[in-house]
This record gives sequence, C-alpha cells and structure tokens, in this order.
Amino acid sequence: MSISVQHISKSFKEIPALRDISFEVKEGELFGLIGPDGAGKTTLFRILTTLLFADKGTATVAGNDVVADYKQIRNSVGYMPGRFSLYQDLTVEENLTFFATIFGTTLEENYDLIKDIYVQIEPFKTRRAGKLSGGMKQKLALSCSLIHKPKVLFLDEPTTGVDPVSRKEFWEMLKRLQKKGITILVSTPYMDEAALCDRIALIQDGKILQIDTPETIANQFPKKIYDVKADNMYLLIESLKEYSHNHSVYPFGEFVHYTDQRDDFMPQELTAFLQSKGLKNIYINTTQATIEDAFMELAK
Amino acid sequence: MKRFIGFIKKEFYHIFRDRRSLFILFGMPVAQIMLFGFAITNEINNVDIAIYDKSNDVTTQQLISKITSSKYFTNKQRIHNEAEIESVFKKGKVKAVLIFEKDFDKKLTKNHQATVQIITDATDPNTANTISNYVNSILKNYQQEKNKEVKLAYQIVPQTRMYYNPELKSVFMFVPGVMTIILMLVSAMMTSISITREKEMGTMEILLVSPIKPYQVIIGKVFPYIFLSIINAAVIIVLSIFIFKMPVEGSLFLLGLESILFIINALSLGILISTISETQQTAMMVSLMGLMLPVILLSGFIFPISSMPLPLQIISHIIPAKWFIIILKAIMLKGVGISFIWKETLIILGMTLFFMGLSIKKYKIRLE
Repeated sequence: MSISVQHISKSFKEIPALRDISFEVKEGELFGLIGPDGAGKTTLFRILTTLLFADKGTATVAGNDVVADYKQIRNSVGYMPGRFSLYQDLTVEENLTFFATIFGTTLEENYDLIKDIYVQIEPFKTRRAGKLSGGMKQKLALSCSLIHKPKVLFLDEPTTGVDPVSRKEFWEMLKRLQKKGITILVSTPYMDEAALCDRIALIQDGKILQIDTPETIANQFPKKIYDVKADNMYLLIESLKEYSHNHSVYPFGEFVHYTDQRDDFMPQELTAFLQSKGLKNIYINTTQATIEDAFMELAK
Repeated sequence: MKRFIGFIKKEFYHIFRDRRSLFILFGMPVAQIMLFGFAITNEINNVDIAIYDKSNDVTTQQLISKITSSKYFTNKQRIHNEAEIESVFKKGKVKAVLIFEKDFDKKLTKNHQATVQIITDATDPNTANTISNYVNSILKNYQQEKNKEVKLAYQIVPQTRMYYNPELKSVFMFVPGVMTIILMLVSAMMTSISITREKEMGTMEILLVSPIKPYQVIIGKVFPYIFLSIINAAVIIVLSIFIFKMPVEGSLFLLGLESILFIINALSLGILISTISETQQTAMMVSLMGLMLPVILLSGFIFPISSMPLPLQIISHIIPAKWFIIILKAIMLKGVGISFIWKETLIILGMTLFFMGLSIKKYKIRLE
C-alpha cells in the first residue's frame, strides 16, 4: 500500500474537520478525493504530508508513519498545495532550480520526468512566476513538486481556477505520470474530473461517503435517472420541484436530472404535468447516472 | 551544503528584486544619521536674546558685547521698559531677556556688587536651563578677569575638563545611538518580515515538506542580512567619521567585531519575532513597537539610565541596545580595548544565544 489511512479524526477547536476517515491507495494508483469546499480535503492532505497532527488514528505514506517517520516522508513525496505557493518574484527557471537544489537534485537529472510539462512553460522560463497565467502557474507548481522524482504525489485541488483546456491537459499529464509508477492522490471539487481517476473517495463534512471506481459508483446509482429539458429552464426546475412524486431535481448542464420516487414511473405523466404548467418543447429521456448524481444522492 | 547555498541565493534574489525595501534598507541609515547629526542637537547656537540695560555704562557695554559676540547669543533687540519684557516673550521673538540694574558700574565699584537678571522662556525647560548656564559662565569669566589683580581671602576655583568629548558635541552621543537603532531595526524587522512572508505566501508549507532542515532555513534567512547590515554599519561609521568628525579612538577591527555580534543579536530577535507572528503586518508592528521604543527610550541613548526610576533601570538591563551603546561609546570615544568591555560583550553574546535557542525551539516544523 502506498498510502494507508486508518480512522483519522481531526478537529479545529470544537469544529470537526475529519471524522473517522479510513482508506487505502495502492501503489501506482491515481486516487481522487472528490468533495465540495470545506469537506476536509486540505486537512487530510496536510495530515498525510506531515504538516498537521491527527487527533485520532494513524496513517502511513510509502510505508512511513506520518508522525514518527515524518522526515522520510518529507524526503520522498511531492506536494502541491491548493494555493499557488511558489516564489512569485523568482522566474520560472529560478523556482525550478531552487526546488531541485533543496531536494538535492538538479533540473537535468530528472528532466525526462517533467519534460512533457516543462516544454510548455519553457518559452516563459525567464518570466517571474507571479506574472504567469493560472494554467501556467499550475504547470510550474506541478513541475516543482515532481523535480525530485517523488514516490507519492499529493495534489490539492490542482485545477481550481484553471481554464477547461488547461484542466484537460493537466489530467493528461497526471495519467502519463501515473504510467511512470508514481502514486497520485489528487483532490478536486469537479465531479467530471472524478471519472479520470482509478478510484475515488466521495467526501463531505469530513466523512467519506463511498470509495470505489468511478464507474461502479455511477452504476450503483439506485434509481432510473432522466434528462429533462424544456424551453424555460427556470420554470422547469420550479415545476419539477413542485411535482409531488419527485425524488431529486438537479440542474445538469443543458438538462435537469430528475429521479422519481416510484418504481413504475411513466414519463408521459410528467410530460402532461409540465405541459399543464405552461412549458413547451418538453424532452424526457433516460440517461446514465454520473458521479455527480451519485454524490448528490449520497450527500442527501 | 549545496542546499544551503541554493537557499541563500534565493534570498538574495528576493532582496535585490524588492527595490523599495532595498531603498529603505540603505536609505534609512543615511537619512537618519544626517537628521540626527545636523538637525537634532542639544547645543545652543545663535539664541536670540533681548537686553534691557538700565544703566548703559562702560561695564554693561563690555558685558553685553562679551555675551553677544559669543556664537551662542545674538542681540535681537533692546528694550526700554518692564512692560516690554512680557510682550517680547509672548511674541516669541527671543528666548531670554537680560536686565542690568541701574547704576551697574557705580554699584560694582562702590558696593562690590551689582545684579543682572536673567529671564528665560521656560516653555522649553532644557533650552532655558542651558541659556542660563551659558550666561552665568560668561559673567563668571568676566568677573575672574576683573579680579585678577585683587587677592581674595578664600577662593575655590573649579577647573572643569570634559574628557572624551571636550567640545560637548551632541553628535558624539547620537552616532552610537543612531547606529544601534538602525542595526536593531533593519536587522530584526527585515528578517522577521522575510520569514513571515514565506508563511503568508504559503511557501513555508512547501519548504516544510522538503528535506531542508529548520536550522538551514533560519541561517539561510539570516545570512544575507548579516552581510547587508555589515555594509550598513560601515556606511554609518564612515559617514560619522568623515562628516561629523566622530573619532574612533579604539580599534576599528574590534568595533567591527562588536557590531557583527550586535547584528547577529538583532537578527536572532528578528527570528524570534517571526516564530510568534503569522503575518508580515504583525511582524512589522512587533518589531517597530517592541524594539524601536525600548531602544530609543531605555537604552540610555537619549535619556540617561541613571536618572530613571528603579524599575525602568532594571528593565533597561535586558535591552541589548543598552550594552551595545556602552560598547560603542567606549571604543569610539574612550579608545578602550576588549579588556574593558568584555562584560558587556558577554552579555550580548549570552542574549544572542538565548534568542537563537528559543527561536529554534519555537520554530514550527508543522503548521500547528
């Protein structure tokens, strides 16, 4: 096991941030912690990167205890905090060289590990880090956390505040890194990114709701789910919420995801109801449940 | 070692890229020393006085010319009645009025006694006091000249000599004080700010999750500032020697070593401040409030410690600046060697070790 978390709890003053969290990450796995802001993801990262003590429970990273062997962990993991935390007044190249030096290595030594990422920011290597765009910053931060060829990589919300194209590229990079044998623990509030992980843990209010592969979690969705669309989105949502048999109503892109309480639900019945509310161009069709649907259902 | 050098290199990048701080770092000492040297002084020069001479005879003429020809006083105006005294003071035209009584010369030769009244504007008590002392000594001088021929039965003649600063230049007192303040402030404030900046920017989090050791971070932070503060100290010493003719009677080498010791002391205080403050703002406030005031008020720089109430005298002992000022004055003015100031040196050394030990102990290797 690359990361093992056993019954970790942590409170800040009286407010619990993590409640009895346990999970394991296999070697070479890309594991995602999926949950909204304030779910406790950052706290968990900080405990695993030896920055915070847990109140209860134990955890190991690459076989080292996070409390007793914190020095070994600090030598062998890469950590990219949620907030951009590089030296803004240093250039791209200076930042990389600095982090290479303090990890006792050089840019050249592990160049092929970061090559794919670094070539994209290399044209800007004399630019100060503070002047980079959001996506560039993340690529630089990832390069810096990889420079010493870590066994385990901790990425705390690496794509928050990054444009969709850069996000996609970023995840492609993670996949490539994973192939090189690096275990990656990544957290994200974006449900669409969850599908790109090998396994995910859904986390909310400091509790893990479910751990499994993204497909299993989506497939285990207990209800039939419908895409509903009409000419007036706002009125549609309002009407669906009014409908006495509804189980859940969530806007989802151009559709509304709808589930019904009854097993023998007839879409025609709903169409008639919506028409009576004055909606036109009504479209109702079954659809695949996504991680987001699963999360919403679990978090209910 | 490579790690450490890399860290120091990074620190120098930070320092040289922050132009504004760099300007303060080197501009402040020059500005302060000029300010204290030229503008702020205890001496009196060209004080305006008014004279009310009721007798207008040879002796009073002589006395008046003696007083006004000195560089201390300028005869601003003559007044002719009692009522004018108040009015010239109220207008703020003069700082003192000298009144010679009627038939001054006659009384002096006949009765061997005549009076001069010195009225001073004591809204500024220090100046008032100094003025009256200066006038007194000019009068005494005149009297002694007159009495040369006459032998008095009993006479005590005080012979005063001002050692180490015969001209009583106040700049001799300000230079050590200003140097102490600047070294203390620059060193402590700059290091505490640069460490808390890492905390604020989140880079401390990454540094912690890396193999770099706490002492490497601390020494790496301090090292560039030792270097810069030494340059600062040198600038101050050179300025005071060449512009204010401040003597350095003792060994320049010893002066340098003692300054480095004090710089390290201030830096370790800076580290200590950074371990207890989370933001740059707090670090700056703590260094300004917690260091500047005691250094100015309780170090003996401006107010003599011996005339403070006992509790303050005791507190002054724990202020490193106090000991450094003693050392500076001893080396620069008295020209003594280490055998006379080893006690003060040891005290600063002890404090430095204490601050350093405490900061390493308080340095957080985690976020809580």
